[in-house]
Amino acid sequence: MLKDLSCPKCGAPVTLESERQRIVICSFCGATSSVDLRNEAEPELKLERTTPVAGTSLWADAWKRLLKNKLAVAGMVVLAVMVVLVIVGPMIVYQLTGLTAASQPSDGSLLKSFPPSLKHLMGTDELGRDLLARVLQGGRISLAVGFISTVVSLLVGVSYGAIAGYLGGKVDNVMMRIVDIIYAIPYILVVIVLLSVFGGPNTKVLIAALPPILIGLIVGVIGVLVAVSFYRRLFGEAKALSMVDSVKRFGFGLLESVIVIALVVIAGFVIAGTGLGETIAEKYGDVVSLGLNQILLLFFSLGLVSWLTMARVVRGQVLSLKNQDFIMAAKATGVSTFGIIFRHLVPNTLGPVIVYATLTVPSVMLAEAFLSYLGLGVQAPYASWGSLAADGVKNIAIFPWQLIFPGVTMAITLFSLNFLGDGLRDALDPQTRKF
Amino acid sequence: MNNGKILSVKDLQTYFQTEDGVVKAVDGISFELEKGETLGIVGESGSGKSVTNLSVMRLIPEPPGKIVNGDIIFDGIDVCKLPLDEIRKIRGKRIAMIFQDPMTSLNPFLKISTQLMEVTQLHLGHSKKQAYEHAIKMLKMVGIPDAESRVSDYPHEFSGGMRQRVMIAMALSCDPELLIADEPTTALDVTIQAQILELIKDLRARLGTSVILITHDLGVVAGMTDKIVVMYAGKVFEQAPTRELFSTPANPYTRGLLKSVPDPAHEEGTELYQIPGLPPDVAHLPPGCPFAERCYRAEDICRSEFPPFVQINENHHSLCHFAREVYEDSKVNPPTTAAKRNRTEGGGEPQ
Repeated sequence: MLKDLSCPKCGAPVTLESERQRIVICSFCGATSSVDLRNEAEPELKLERTTPVAGTSLWADAWKRLLKNKLAVAGMVVLAVMVVLVIVGPMIVYQLTGLTAASQPSDGSLLKSFPPSLKHLMGTDELGRDLLARVLQGGRISLAVGFISTVVSLLVGVSYGAIAGYLGGKVDNVMMRIVDIIYAIPYILVVIVLLSVFGGPNTKVLIAALPPILIGLIVGVIGVLVAVSFYRRLFGEAKALSMVDSVKRFGFGLLESVIVIALVVIAGFVIAGTGLGETIAEKYGDVVSLGLNQILLLFFSLGLVSWLTMARVVRGQVLSLKNQDFIMAAKATGVSTFGIIFRHLVPNTLGPVIVYATLTVPSVMLAEAFLSYLGLGVQAPYASWGSLAADGVKNIAIFPWQLIFPGVTMAITLFSLNFLGDGLRDALDPQTRKF
Repeated sequence: MNNGKILSVKDLQTYFQTEDGVVKAVDGISFELEKGETLGIVGESGSGKSVTNLSVMRLIPEPPGKIVNGDIIFDGIDVCKLPLDEIRKIRGKRIAMIFQDPMTSLNPFLKISTQLMEVTQLHLGHSKKQAYEHAIKMLKMVGIPDAESRVSDYPHEFSGGMRQRVMIAMALSCDPELLIADEPTTALDVTIQAQILELIKDLRARLGTSVILITHDLGVVAGMTDKIVVMYAGKVFEQAPTRELFSTPANPYTRGLLKSVPDPAHEEGTELYQIPGLPPDVAHLPPGCPFAERCYRAEDICRSEFPPFVQINENHHSLCHFAREVYEDSKVNPPTTAAKRNRTEGGGEPQ
């Protein structure tokens, strides 16, 4: 019955591979047609209406692959639910029960730790505070630490690594040695030093010192840029030709440096003289020393270390990308160095960067939990999952729910983040996927 | 200084510092290009063709590369002495470049529109809308069907030939005065090759752009160029108007190259000609002629003394001890069968 058929669109002969085949694709024009078997003796080909294939960008393609990964989708859903819960949860709990993370019962009974009940879904902690409210409240800080550090690592790490990798040579060497040095400092030590220097009563001093330092830095950066452009305008980029010329240049450079340093110092003192910092410190110092400063210092110190690996990852990517033809082509069309780094190179590194960022969040959250567990991180009345677990461990034998609930919540979140990260890696880099 | 010359390169030396010592990738080459003219640069791999043109664009990676000596005068401007900011204003706007491999010379992460728009926004100060319209216009000009919808596609959605068309559209966006095509057809198959060459030829005629065509395919330059520079080991071996070079080469190397072109009328069973040996290591060149070891008429003087640059006539130069002899020999005994055939028929297009 396999008789000769021809493509209804272009007339080219097509053959059926088997009797059961229902769809044929013409090898000449690519049209798809279906086999019409109503007349058994004389099957006919009917042209299927085909829509032209729309081009897919890499992102759409990756998204499609990600959706096929069940674990990653589950992780994404759990994470989204967790974020929503953490944001609106404490308010809902307050509306329903009138309890906040800090509210303690006023009765004088000695035993304040109650097991889960209808009133306290997760039970209470040793001071009688509602554990559900505290877990949700703690989730805010834990997730915020994770996301803020990741944003820092994205902003700082990506640009730092891309600049070092693209410029190469001495600049690269110096920049990456700085990374190595910061890497070598144990971050726990950094946190301890920061907390003991700026924690407690010293916080006000720190806040008062911030405005002059910030203004000084800004003046310094602007000063250096202006000085460099002046130098360029005077001498150009050509090499010094004579001894006199190089001495002149050195002198001018020295003069410029002195002027810039003087400007920075003057600006710093002027701002310090206005007492702006002290006013701010007076106003907000008390609030901050309540324990918020610990959280801020935690953010700061985790942000300080979280961008290092990202910088290395991006630098490695850029090193392999910068010798490709399309970068040469961009140079040949006159694109500036800035444009090449941020318009042409950075988008090409985004795949590994996104994957690495999703895997940074859980590691930073773990670090925060670890520090809080040691008593270095979040302090009461604020809570994080780490500090809640630390409190719970003390009573694990008699009040196990005090460890189980914060611990399980955190574990679920970390699981989801890791699954999502793995899924993203497979989706964005299909070559590494195992089949 | 500027009498109709768009580009004049004088005694250019570009060296690379490597672990093996100094590689003289380009060693003292000179050529000139009139406005509206097409120059072919021919040579084997590693003969310094690409480095010459990267030097013109000041795109030599520094270090390890360096333009040691020489003048590159583009339209009265000494490119070598310009600061980088000024060079950037020339790149892409007044001198544009097409690269060898269209598969890798478009950024895979950016839409075609983004890449085309970037050029005109940068150099012509176009607004987003203007640049977008200009991008579509350029795509139409290079013959991309359905340009309005293709403009927002990604490079991977184009075939090799189409990508090379996009590259040409990008290069010609700002109406450059000089177009450098670095082996524009090497990575493409023969039918596409012909289309791309035809396109460049057509656009040159319409826009009056001067073109430098780098290639190792003599068939490509034959129909396209006004004059040809033959390079070997970083030096110009011969320089002549296209027709003259094909009919009466004055250098044994050029003769060898012409003889190596497969001829459709090639007799079955006879071996194809090839120049014996390999190009020399440019880091350790012998004192004499760098081609001496492979040359069919090398004598003792070739191995001991560097050959002179002999002027055959006003436009024809050759780097050889026996340039005149080879020239006379070529008159009697043309290097290619095609030229031979033409000779017997009394001239014609030497191809």
